[in-house]
Amino acid sequence: MKNSNSIFKKITTIPLKFYAGILIFLPLLYIFILSFFRNDYYGGIIPDFTFDNYRMLIDVVYLKVFLQSFLIAFITTFICICISYPFCLIIKTKKETTQKLIMTFVMIPFLTNSLIRTYGWIVLLRKNGVINQFLMGTHLISSPLSLMYNYFGIVIGMVYTLLPFMILPLNSAVSKLDDSLLDASKDLGANRLQTFFKVVVPETLPGLFNGSLMVFIPAIGLFFISDILGGGKLMLLGNLIKNQFLTARNWPFGAAISITLIIITFIFVKLYKKIGGKMDDLGGGL
Amino acid sequence: MKKKYLHNLFLLLVFAFLYLPIIVLVIFSFNSSSLNIVFEQFTFRWYHVLLENRSLLEAFMNTMIVAFTSTIVSTIIGTISAIGIKKYNFIGKEFIQSLLYIPIVIPEIVLGISLLSIYTLFRLDLSLVTLIIAHITFSIPFVIISVRTILDSLPSNLEDASSDLGANKFKTFWYVTLPSIMPGITSGALLAFTLSLDDVIISYFTAGPDSNTLPLKIYSMIKTGITPDVNALSALILVVTIIILMTSTVLQLRKLRKETEL
Repeated sequence: MKNSNSIFKKITTIPLKFYAGILIFLPLLYIFILSFFRNDYYGGIIPDFTFDNYRMLIDVVYLKVFLQSFLIAFITTFICICISYPFCLIIKTKKETTQKLIMTFVMIPFLTNSLIRTYGWIVLLRKNGVINQFLMGTHLISSPLSLMYNYFGIVIGMVYTLLPFMILPLNSAVSKLDDSLLDASKDLGANRLQTFFKVVVPETLPGLFNGSLMVFIPAIGLFFISDILGGGKLMLLGNLIKNQFLTARNWPFGAAISITLIIITFIFVKLYKKIGGKMDDLGGGL
Repeated sequence: MKKKYLHNLFLLLVFAFLYLPIIVLVIFSFNSSSLNIVFEQFTFRWYHVLLENRSLLEAFMNTMIVAFTSTIVSTIIGTISAIGIKKYNFIGKEFIQSLLYIPIVIPEIVLGISLLSIYTLFRLDLSLVTLIIAHITFSIPFVIISVRTILDSLPSNLEDASSDLGANKFKTFWYVTLPSIMPGITSGALLAFTLSLDDVIISYFTAGPDSNTLPLKIYSMIKTGITPDVNALSALILVVTIIILMTSTVLQLRKLRKETEL
């Protein structure tokens, strides 16, 4: 009896230890160490301890990349919030089966390949794409608009790819919101904006923060969206890391950027836990 | 009443936003013009072109091998680990549990480059194997969470009853625990499978030159220029995944309805 228990314990815990140790901890530790090394001209790594890689991050060129990335991630998150709140509040008023159906249809595109869906936007947004053709055909505009290869295209692509990550956690928070709370607020004379900011937002804060985390962080790293819809003109942190590892072959510098991103992520997660968010709910409660 | 119209209009707009690129892709994949601009004539030509493309077929096979293998492995490891975490205390448990959230929260690119670095450190050549290991790495935490949610909802005396009746750990696991956590395992496995099919970023760093998957192939095709056969391929992938997803939802809804009727 006792013997079978200890074997069972071994079977259920040893693979986990190996997995967490070798495939999560070790790679991150290695990246951390790498970020203090130097590279040689041939892309090799020289194990000299240095802070240069982190010092390089303060260079104007790279600071600009940081700012650009954060700006785009911030705008993306903001737009996602602006779409998701009304969306979730509206479907809250629907029947339960309708709610389920609507959420399923939100999930479906999200489970298909994001790269392919991003590609679909090219057909829509190009100079001679569907949207410009439509607007010119209806004489709303006389010359085609630049809808991609700029900030606009990237933000559309980001919002499009990440929107479900906001809708899912927000919806589970909003659907748990007590209707009587909203009624009480109305009865006490609050208008709809007041109700929204004083009741809805505070009550759904963990969901909102969860969604923001799951939109903001990936938005920093999604290099293929800025490649495809930004035409590679706008460098985001994801592109910068990719370049350091594959083209410039300066792995230590790429590692330093990655470590910085991890630290930023951890700060966000700490904040999320501080306002009462649960770790298991992250990932959109997929 | 007017308010309701506005509400529904808003929902409609959001859905238009979500589905427009997909619909446009599918329509243009039947367009005879290779310029992809104006719809000229209906044709199946690009689908024929696809079928003759050996490298795409190969990429498709790779995608399937990676998705199935990584799903099976991550589901098994994820399931037994969820049970281990639930039942036992061991050294470093807290630390390991917090490590599990890392692949979920950090940007995918960071996981991708850190795996690439460690492969290089161990002198592992990039291949299907390294790709599969990478997919297993990002899938396991999702399986663990999915199984643990169900485990937490099980009454604890269920397993006690089984062992009181003389079953050992393994029998209890096989006849009692496993059947009752099956829903968590299936949803975890489905999630692992779709995550694997969807992944671009981590695969980009961990696949070898001979282990291209479809998303990677499409990525390089888009970069060299937009041709209608990319449309056809994309449309095909989208439609197939959507059909699979819809069937599974319809089946689930039906089962749900039956259960509520009972």
